[in-house]
Amino acid sequence: MTIRMMGRHLREGFKNLLRNGWMTFASVSAVAITLLILGVTLVIALNAEQMSNYVQGQLEVSAFLKDDVSDAQARQITRQISAMPGVKSAEYISKEQGFQQLKQELGSQYQDILGGLSQKNTLPAKVVVKADDPRQTLAIGQRIAQLPGVEKVNDGKEVVDKLFRFLDLVRNIGLAFVVGLVITAMFLISNTIRITIFSRRREIEIMKLVGATDWFIRWPFLTEGLLIGLIGALIPFVVIVFGYRTLYERFDGSFLALAFPLISADRLAGTLAEVLFGLGLFIGLWGGIVSIRRFLRI
Amino acid sequence: MIEMQDVWKQYPNGTWALNGISVRIGKGEFVYVVGPSGAGKSTFIKLMYREERPTKGHLFVNGFNIERLKDRKVPLLRRHIGVVFQDFKLLPNLTAAENVAFALEVIGTPKKYIRRRVKDALEWVGLADKADLRPAQLSGGEQQRIAVARAIVNNPQLIIADEPTGNLDPDTSWGIMKLFQRINDRGTTIVMATHNREIVNTLRKRVIAIEAGCIVRDEDKGMYGYDD
Repeated sequence: MTIRMMGRHLREGFKNLLRNGWMTFASVSAVAITLLILGVTLVIALNAEQMSNYVQGQLEVSAFLKDDVSDAQARQITRQISAMPGVKSAEYISKEQGFQQLKQELGSQYQDILGGLSQKNTLPAKVVVKADDPRQTLAIGQRIAQLPGVEKVNDGKEVVDKLFRFLDLVRNIGLAFVVGLVITAMFLISNTIRITIFSRRREIEIMKLVGATDWFIRWPFLTEGLLIGLIGALIPFVVIVFGYRTLYERFDGSFLALAFPLISADRLAGTLAEVLFGLGLFIGLWGGIVSIRRFLRI
Repeated sequence: MIEMQDVWKQYPNGTWALNGISVRIGKGEFVYVVGPSGAGKSTFIKLMYREERPTKGHLFVNGFNIERLKDRKVPLLRRHIGVVFQDFKLLPNLTAAENVAFALEVIGTPKKYIRRRVKDALEWVGLADKADLRPAQLSGGEQQRIAVARAIVNNPQLIIADEPTGNLDPDTSWGIMKLFQRINDRGTTIVMATHNREIVNTLRKRVIAIEAGCIVRDEDKGMYGYDD
């Protein structure tokens, strides 16, 4: 296809948009709302992922060992845990090390409280385990609890559970909305293009009679769909990027008091552009193809 | 130019429109197709530009084997055929010149050729001075002249006309017929379905009469032969 032809198809597609203004408006709005919800969901999901990556570094299972386990046995248990599938690291912390850690954490002003306690019997020895995938933390914790010599496992079950359940919920609700809306948007676009095809049926008839190729006749309707998708993607893209940038600057790059780092607005814009424009063009093209196949019959 | 060998046509609703048509139309001929309404005239000429496909039989038009012609290749066939209809089929939003140019634009003719050829075609039909008027500003005869200009602008070897004078008064009809005669004089084949008794009997040409899907008469310099 020559540049001149592409120019013509684009121009004709644009004319189609103007020809039935209200239907175009409805279609563009449908795409824009769909992609706005998708975009917001994406922003939340990406930040949630970032958050969970951040939390990942902190999620760990503490396996407390029985009091009668010797140092050598403890090292044996640690090796056993390290060999488990899904385990990223396992670190043995003896009673003495644990005591030193506690001392450091408490700081100098509480040194006195510890002062009177016996170094030997204050804290149980433990193995600190990190999982490759933080979602596996619970399963790994359960398996570690089965090992002989392990007294008790502290896996922070509730915190982990709640966090992931919330993130999944956000994602699923967002996706359900988006799937329903994508279908609605496609239907509206194909209906809009159907009306254009109907209003241009005489032109189409003449084009066929004088020997225009099928693709020459199809292209203006495809470009009409693509333009609807493009405009429908541009609006939510601009809204989300501007909105997010404002929020990001207000929060100074981190989320509330939790101090979770947020994804930077620039990095987000790139991902957002790919998804919104990709899906917008896809929806528009698909709407065009559907109406061409059903109503143009060539 | 056109060759049909035992061509049959059945429509999806079951009716047989053509029942074994065999005919040859040579290059440069001028042929009237006559017959009662519903006898199969329209189907007969629609086969020629592949608006309809034969149910069986062999059909060649301008070197194309119509049976084997893929849908994708139909535009190539039509670029060598000009079609003219009773209802003109002009685009109301376009001027006369734009209507003629449309036929060239949509087959990808470069712009620099379009202007020249549109001007020539409009001069040929005698409407160069009305190039910028829209169909609604033109008389029926002038509109049909524009349609003829559009049909010849791509220099086709074959013109197919379906009742081209059906909507025109007798004087205007003669003007259009003179145009067809001039097109034929430069070697273009013309196949015209018509109900116009006066024209057929005056401007004598080969007449093919179709009744109930069969050719019942085919004579050079024939007469219209019906009372209506």
